[in-house]
Amino acid sequence: MTEAWIDDVLAYSGIAAVDLYLGATQLRHNDPANIDYPGEFKFGGGHVIEKLIRGEELQLFALSYGTDEYPLKELRTKFTIDDLNQATMVNPRNCYQNYNVAVNTSNKTIYTYLGKLKPNMGNMTYSSAGQLSPLLNDPVYRTIGIGSSVWLAGAQGHVYSEGTQHTSAVVRTANQVPAEGAGTLALTGNMKEMDGDFVRGVSFKGYGVSIALGVGIPIPILDEDILLKTTVRDRDIRAQVIDYSIDYPMETGKVLATVNYETLKSGIVNILGRDIETASLSSYSMALKIAEILKAQIRDGNFLLNKPYQPLPPNQSMKAMKAGK
Amino acid sequence: METRKLLLTFVKNVVERPIVYNLVKEFDLVINIYRASISEEEEGYMVLDITGPTKMIDAGINFIVSQGVTIDNAQKSFRWDESVCTSCSNCLTHCPVNALHIEDRKTMKIVFDQNICIDCMGCIPNCPFGACGSIFQD
Repeated sequence: MTEAWIDDVLAYSGIAAVDLYLGATQLRHNDPANIDYPGEFKFGGGHVIEKLIRGEELQLFALSYGTDEYPLKELRTKFTIDDLNQATMVNPRNCYQNYNVAVNTSNKTIYTYLGKLKPNMGNMTYSSAGQLSPLLNDPVYRTIGIGSSVWLAGAQGHVYSEGTQHTSAVVRTANQVPAEGAGTLALTGNMKEMDGDFVRGVSFKGYGVSIALGVGIPIPILDEDILLKTTVRDRDIRAQVIDYSIDYPMETGKVLATVNYETLKSGIVNILGRDIETASLSSYSMALKIAEILKAQIRDGNFLLNKPYQPLPPNQSMKAMKAGK
Repeated sequence: METRKLLLTFVKNVVERPIVYNLVKEFDLVINIYRASISEEEEGYMVLDITGPTKMIDAGINFIVSQGVTIDNAQKSFRWDESVCTSCSNCLTHCPVNALHIEDRKTMKIVFDQNICIDCMGCIPNCPFGACGSIFQD
């Protein structure tokens, strides 16, 4: 296959002859994107992946130039996940260890991957499970490393690499909890074992499509230090409030304020003398559910913990792409 | 005095009848219309509150039904699908009356109170998961 679309979403075909990569943020063919701003982005790669895992039927349309051993030049067919030999999720960035909090100080509405931000700091959004977020419970990666088993949307997957943008050399507060975006994980797992309730296509008006995944990572309590760090509470985790109307797009590095997750989850945060309503993009209630499922699986002997074969890079910084001339 | 929330569905041949006018004039009811629409097929919807003595509300409702209008008093046009909602909470700052809200900040689970909802539809484009919808929209 040289070109292929699944449910009209373009897949990458520059690999082995009949293998495809489907990207979660790929738009559907002919999606007007932000031409009529703000676009709706109703359907894309994330939605196709959710349908696949739910066992729904999908349409494959593929083109090829034809060779002596692969003569077929065009294929249009329907399939489900059961018709595939392998369906593997390969996800290069998950479980961001802390993340910034978004506001908009400008006088017009903006649309971001942290949702719609009302003008004049009319709302504030964040995305982390805080005290239940895996890497915030193992802040210097003592047990979570490359090769660690993870609960990935119901499948037993594993960490295959540090995630993209993994940045371990950051400002840390008490107990080495990062005070800004820090480590990330690259995860993989068998989609045939996944549960569609934990793999959800999402649409962000004015921004695009993506996927929301349920992830749980067990942390073995091997000594007092590991135990102490898993007792982290929302009040101990601080995040940076960033102005997404100017400082984020212009990369000024300016931080408007810092807030802790206990305050964020209360629903109202006071910064710069103003009370601002808060909302989350990640689901704490789903995180609780996953923690219970994983706990039961471990107790029943259905999920075995293992030792990572390589640690995550402990002292790594991040750089932006070089600007064009 | 009481207030009842109604969703009225008008079939094609009753769309032009002055139903609301008569509710005010003949039954002395206070009307608050949240949303109304007529489709290309000339069928109509209206979401409204009616306030007045119970007896007059009942009489008004009998009148509406006698005109061939269907009443759904369990629903507004807005629909929240709990099975699709993940309780991310992004809707919260887009619901001006807190019909979508969190009762227990320990679990952070989203709940929806039909009685408070004013059918503004502010949540619909702000739900990344598509859990919010309305009979007025596709």
